Amino acid sequence: MAVATETPFHVLAVDDSLLDRKLIERLLKTSSFQVTTVDSGSKALEFLGIHGEDSSPPVSDADQLEVAVNLIITDYCMPGMTGYDLLKKIKESTSLRDIPVVIMSSENIPSRINRCLEEGADEFFLKPVRLSDMSKLKPHILKSRCKEHYHQEQHQQSDSDSDSNSNECSNPTNNSSSDNSNSRKRKAEDDEVLPQTNRSRHS
Amino acid sequence: MDYSNLRRQIISMKKSLFDQGYLDEQFNQLEELQDDSSPNFVEEVVALFFKDSSRLLTNIERALEKYPQDFYRLDSLAHQFKGSGSSIGALRMKNECSMFKAHCSDRNLEGCRRSLQKMKREHATLKQKLETYFQLLRQVGPRERAVNSWK
Repeated sequence: MAVATETPFHVLAVDDSLLDRKLIERLLKTSSFQVTTVDSGSKALEFLGIHGEDSSPPVSDADQLEVAVNLIITDYCMPGMTGYDLLKKIKESTSLRDIPVVIMSSENIPSRINRCLEEGADEFFLKPVRLSDMSKLKPHILKSRCKEHYHQEQHQQSDSDSDSNSNECSNPTNNSSSDNSNSRKRKAEDDEVLPQTNRSRHS
Repeated sequence: MDYSNLRRQIISMKKSLFDQGYLDEQFNQLEELQDDSSPNFVEEVVALFFKDSSRLLTNIERALEKYPQDFYRLDSLAHQFKGSGSSIGALRMKNECSMFKAHCSDRNLEGCRRSLQKMKREHATLKQKLETYFQLLRQVGPRERAVNSWK
């Protein structure tokens, strides 16, 4: 297993428009992200939830790497579950709430933007999203990992049984797979942010 | 093969599409995203737009013919149309959709009908122009096409 290889960050993109999904996928891939696109909030939760349930430590490295989600980018206006509804559900979930969420909208409505930011969205992009917007994503991913590292330090005891995965989140079991894989990706950053992960890789 | 003539035609056509307001900067953004790994990206996205928008136009027309008109739904359809148009840089289309939406807000049926006719015309014109543009591009081949310097 190529432990030394840097795995790209994985972004889950949610948009009911096929055209916009194609566009965001291209934008993300061009910016070296691994991408999964879904066409609704419920499918997004399914994707996140399924992997959340399956990820009980220790799981093989390969599985974890494939399913981990490091950031969610979602359209605001979608039929059924809106981007805002999805955001709320993510923030309500102990296993998912540390994953940064970015909202996209074609409408520049300050009250909408504020509402999303207040609910915990990390960023708001006005559509059409551009290549230059992509550079704003990585900082949020790295920031959330620092936050997880802080949580992990706070909860040293409870992490003992999740040591093999990655100690990233205050929820040792059933945490988002994104937390697990974060520790394995970005070797250089792992070394500086989460020294413990060096040990965890040997499991 | 001598591409210089073709290139000139392509550059000139593109300039005119921008000057006449058919396209805006977003179209350039799409072209920037096209490369060897995705050599037909722009054409694919544009094809998606026309597929989407044809369907929306049909739905809008049907919704207008229903009585009583559901202006909320009409606005929603126009909103989707506007979004797709905006994603590919179809400026005139986007603006006409905004007009349509304004008529929906006013519950102005006649205004909506007039606007729909304009949308259909803009749609057909843009489709024809872009088809020509892509035809020209195809003649220069993928390698030349991927060169951004001659925007």
